[in-house]
Amino acid sequence: MRSLIDILDLKTEEIDELIARADDIIEHPEAYRDICRYKKLATLFFEPSTRTRLSFEAAMYELGGQVLGFSEAASSSSAKGESVSDTVRAVSCYADIIAMRHPKEGAPLVASMAASIPVINAGDGGHNHPTQTLTDLLTIHRTKGHFDNLVVGLCGDLKFGRTVHSLITALSRYSGIKFVLISPEELRLPDYVKQDVLTEKGLDWEETTSLEDAMPKLDILYMTRVQRERFFNEEDYLRLRDSYILTPEKLQTAKKDLTIMHPLPRVNEISTAVDTDPRACYFQQVLFGKYIRMALILKLLEL
Amino acid sequence: MHIDEIKNGLVLDHIKAGKAMEIYRFLDLGSLNCPVAIIQNASSRKMGKKDIIKIDGVLDIDCNILAPICPDITLNVIKDGVRVEKRALELPLEIKDIIKCKNPRCITTTEQELPHIFRLRKTKESIYRCLYCEARAEL
Ligand SMILES: [Zn+2]
Repeated sequence: MRSLIDILDLKTEEIDELIARADDIIEHPEAYRDICRYKKLATLFFEPSTRTRLSFEAAMYELGGQVLGFSEAASSSSAKGESVSDTVRAVSCYADIIAMRHPKEGAPLVASMAASIPVINAGDGGHNHPTQTLTDLLTIHRTKGHFDNLVVGLCGDLKFGRTVHSLITALSRYSGIKFVLISPEELRLPDYVKQDVLTEKGLDWEETTSLEDAMPKLDILYMTRVQRERFFNEEDYLRLRDSYILTPEKLQTAKKDLTIMHPLPRVNEISTAVDTDPRACYFQQVLFGKYIRMALILKLLEL
Repeated sequence: MHIDEIKNGLVLDHIKAGKAMEIYRFLDLGSLNCPVAIIQNASSRKMGKKDIIKIDGVLDIDCNILAPICPDITLNVIKDGVRVEKRALELPLEIKDIIKCKNPRCITTTEQELPHIFRLRKTKESIYRCLYCEARAEL
């Protein structure tokens, strides 16, 4: 019995397997319609995240399974002071697999040690969110066909954005990847990520404050939100925010087959005028998120 | 006890000056039913000043758990009055319930019955990280 807590729990061959399975699901959805019949997914969301929860629920329903659970801590036993371990021991009696979101870092790991069924980390605070990373990987693979030798631009808040850190970690295992880190000085990628991942693996990377300068080189552009609360003053925020908003004008120098991604929800960092550009893949990304979760559920249930 | 005359026991040498009492409490040496000598501020060619702890009559203490907090210690093993082993401490792969995770967002801050476990992630720089949240241990 296995769980998925951290993206690095999966070997690259296992990620390839999941992607191949997701591809097969996309091509032959009818073959999977009943595969999880009589199986139950428990969605234990100790903090609300409607988007992620719906993705897991849709995935399980499309596999013919059923879903039970709660969507916020107030309606769960933890509100009465029950430990994570006790909650999942009880849930292990009802369900076949757990998807768990928790505001505290490490809670899903604690759950996986106590549960007798597989646990999927659906986000633990700002720590890990492996199914987001799998979603990103499937999106890249669906649009590019491979991971090797891509120039990947990461734009926005690279300091606090954990989705970015874990995507870098996951991609660093493929060959010839080059990263272009695009952010204001204040929100640069932390040194420990540069050292532990980029330098350690001998990866090629560059840092810039200009999205326009980086644009022509990119195969992938991963946009993230620049949040107001990350800045000391409103003036800096307003000045910087606009330089990291993606518009049709900024896309003029981009490659024809650029893949534009965003973990969503977006606020204003991608202008809605970009949505109709064929290179905009962020809504497709949501769909891929469901497919990769289907593949993951099947893998962990050994189906 | 003549402190230089240990028959069978351990000598922890090159303890950073001022750390001996902390290590005494840490290893819970007070609970041993044998002589323990603490020498503070001994002069040292290598360190200027150092502390030393001598334990007479006990050999089976896991001193490696001291490595993360006091890496310079040299361990001497004395048998029948003769030093049979002298070595640096080895970093343990895991340290359990010795230090606490200081990350306020860590699950160990709300679930107090969980053991505090840190794993060695980088031997060269002796970096330990929390098993749960991966925050770096402050040693
Ligand atoms: Zn921790």
